[in-house]
Amino acid sequence: MNALADIASADTGELVDSRFTVPGMRCAGCIAKIERGLSELEGVEGARVNFSAKRVAVRHTHTLDDADLTEALRHLGFEAQAAAANPLAQDDKETRGLLRALAVAGFGMMNIMLLSVSVWSGAGGVTREMFHWLSALIALPVVIYSGRPFFSSAAMALRYRRTNMDVPISIGVLLATGLSLYETLTGGEHAYFDGAVMLLFFLLAGRALDSTMRNRTRAGIGALLSKMGRNASVIQADGSTKRMAAKDLERGMVTLVAAGEALAADGVVEQGQGAIDNAMLTGESTPEAVSIGSTVHAGALNLTEVLQVRITAVAGDTAIAEIARLMDEAGQSRSKYVRIADRAARLYAPAVHTLAAMAFIGWMIAGAGWHQSLIVAIAVLIITCPCAMGLAVPAAQVVASGALIKRGLLVKDGSALERLAEVDMVLFDKTGTLTLGTPRPDISALDDEACSVALSLAQTSRHPLSKGLADALRAASVSSVGVTQISEASGHGVTGIWQGQQVALERPEDGGNQIATRLRIGSQGWTLTFADALRPDAAETIALLRGEGIEPSLISGDRAEAVAVVADELGLTAIGNAQPQDKLALLEQLKAEGHNPLMVGDGLNDGPALAAAHASIAPGTASDVSQQASDAVFIGERLMPVALAIRVARRTMDIVRQNIGFAVIYNVFAVPLALAGLVTPMIAAIAMSMSSLIVVGNSLRLAKAAQ
Amino acid sequence: MTQLTVLIPIALLMGAAGLAAFFWAMRDGQFEDLDGAANRILIDDEDEDEVP
Repeated sequence: MNALADIASADTGELVDSRFTVPGMRCAGCIAKIERGLSELEGVEGARVNFSAKRVAVRHTHTLDDADLTEALRHLGFEAQAAAANPLAQDDKETRGLLRALAVAGFGMMNIMLLSVSVWSGAGGVTREMFHWLSALIALPVVIYSGRPFFSSAAMALRYRRTNMDVPISIGVLLATGLSLYETLTGGEHAYFDGAVMLLFFLLAGRALDSTMRNRTRAGIGALLSKMGRNASVIQADGSTKRMAAKDLERGMVTLVAAGEALAADGVVEQGQGAIDNAMLTGESTPEAVSIGSTVHAGALNLTEVLQVRITAVAGDTAIAEIARLMDEAGQSRSKYVRIADRAARLYAPAVHTLAAMAFIGWMIAGAGWHQSLIVAIAVLIITCPCAMGLAVPAAQVVASGALIKRGLLVKDGSALERLAEVDMVLFDKTGTLTLGTPRPDISALDDEACSVALSLAQTSRHPLSKGLADALRAASVSSVGVTQISEASGHGVTGIWQGQQVALERPEDGGNQIATRLRIGSQGWTLTFADALRPDAAETIALLRGEGIEPSLISGDRAEAVAVVADELGLTAIGNAQPQDKLALLEQLKAEGHNPLMVGDGLNDGPALAAAHASIAPGTASDVSQQASDAVFIGERLMPVALAIRVARRTMDIVRQNIGFAVIYNVFAVPLALAGLVTPMIAAIAMSMSSLIVVGNSLRLAKAAQ
Repeated sequence: MTQLTVLIPIALLMGAAGLAAFFWAMRDGQFEDLDGAANRILIDDEDEDEVP
């Protein structure tokens, strides 16, 4: 960001900022390649990569548009998508607010502790009074500033006549501060400012961890999303075209869809023919031929020639939106899921309040006077305040999700980890989940020269077979050669001239029902067949799942015979020919039988099933909708993260239960002391930090859980 | 006792300076791209052609 600011100062009049998500960047080399490659372009002032968010910000003149820059990135070897201004700003703001509050609480805690230690060491008389006053001076603004997240949440809960963890926290902090203020004014012996601020500090640490975890994985998933067309060229009455945002489109408009552009609304093709890539909707990569009269859906990518599409449905009426609604309904049960911390709070908050009230009444009856009774009641509130409880869950979940990210799995939030731990069976989709989902060619027949020519031709095309071929060749570290006059004819292939010979990638004449392409160099020719291979570690993953006592099975919309082949290879029970409704029905039935199924799938047809399942995981290549609906996304060619996710989630829940156990044990010892009126501010401070440290230390053991 | 009137303001000022530095770092975007910063030191500035 700082570098962007420098760039911004160069010349703000003419320049615009664009952001692109580039999920493929993996190393320092990629950063250098993207930044230098883009900076060399005419009209680009500067480019800055944000590696954590897998995003690049480009400052450029108006002569370049998003499509040019995406194309430039593709030539550098990276798939890129133009991103909206800053979709994560909202979440980011929350985390920043929490971090600021945490920093302020930390500052206050350290300074007040400095003063408190001197008081505990025996400072008396005027010194003690002065130190109390100084503490009050520091504590009041700190409590007001850092306590806001808790106060507002508690106020919200009370407004709806409910109670949550923030209610006892707020009451404890406010009462402790109020009483300490009274003690300071009257020159009393004990002030609990340090306890109140320390409580805020530890609890904010838990909140900030929770929020950081959500942000980090959302940034990763956000980098994979945003493929749907955001705007479209609409043909005006006078024949000219005008760019309009997707939300401003209306039924009946005719849009011009260029090759390589994503559709922004559902429609019918009016003019032109070619092929579209429906991967975003179906997860299937084979291109679909379209001609005049064909129905096309928002999110599909036009692969070949310019199409004129008359819009039949926009925004909320599109097929995507319809499925989103179905998923919304299916996801209802999941939103009712109560997280473990809230379940604990339901028991904990009333117990603590009752205990404190009873302590007050008990001491009043014993004739201790209201001042003494109130001090005891507040000591009970402070000592039972769920410091360790507040850290128990987020600390463990953050460490676990960090360990999983390193293995290629992004878990969306803590609730997802909790549900993953309860899974007792797994349903896999076939295409794109157990298999790679992209056709991979057999390139063993090609010599080095042919490989280089094939790559030069394949990398210019957006056709899925060309992409698959280019990926396979790049993976075999082939570099391209100078093929000139490259042109692509829709439905036929790519041609060019290399060393005076005609070279081409074209449709084979005798393709049969296999997916294949033919490479021709002069008079020589090779037929390359494509197959959708299983993920390399599919069998291993299934063995690991069985080891955890989870029975995997296969449910796919593909032909029953094709499903049976994969099922036999992996030794799974399988259901073929399943419609989205069938998948949904099966999941509902399993849930009714008391199972907690995990759904792993990628296509839009899996969307409702993903939303309905107890937990769900989608591959990074899945349709946007599926990634939105699932709890976690795994990246790369390996399936192992799915099995690891369950193992780590279970391990995490063990640690969380241990942590809560620690917090309970601590209370068993501390509460009687508080009730007996023996808890001084010093004992409260030591008890609080000890329990928090134990909980954090215990959670750190999860760092190695994913290995 | 009199030293305290010097020491306590110093302690407070140093704490406040740390807090201010943290706020500045956050606003300046020092925490925007932690993984990127770790990777950038590996980028070789001299041999631009060597970079894969």
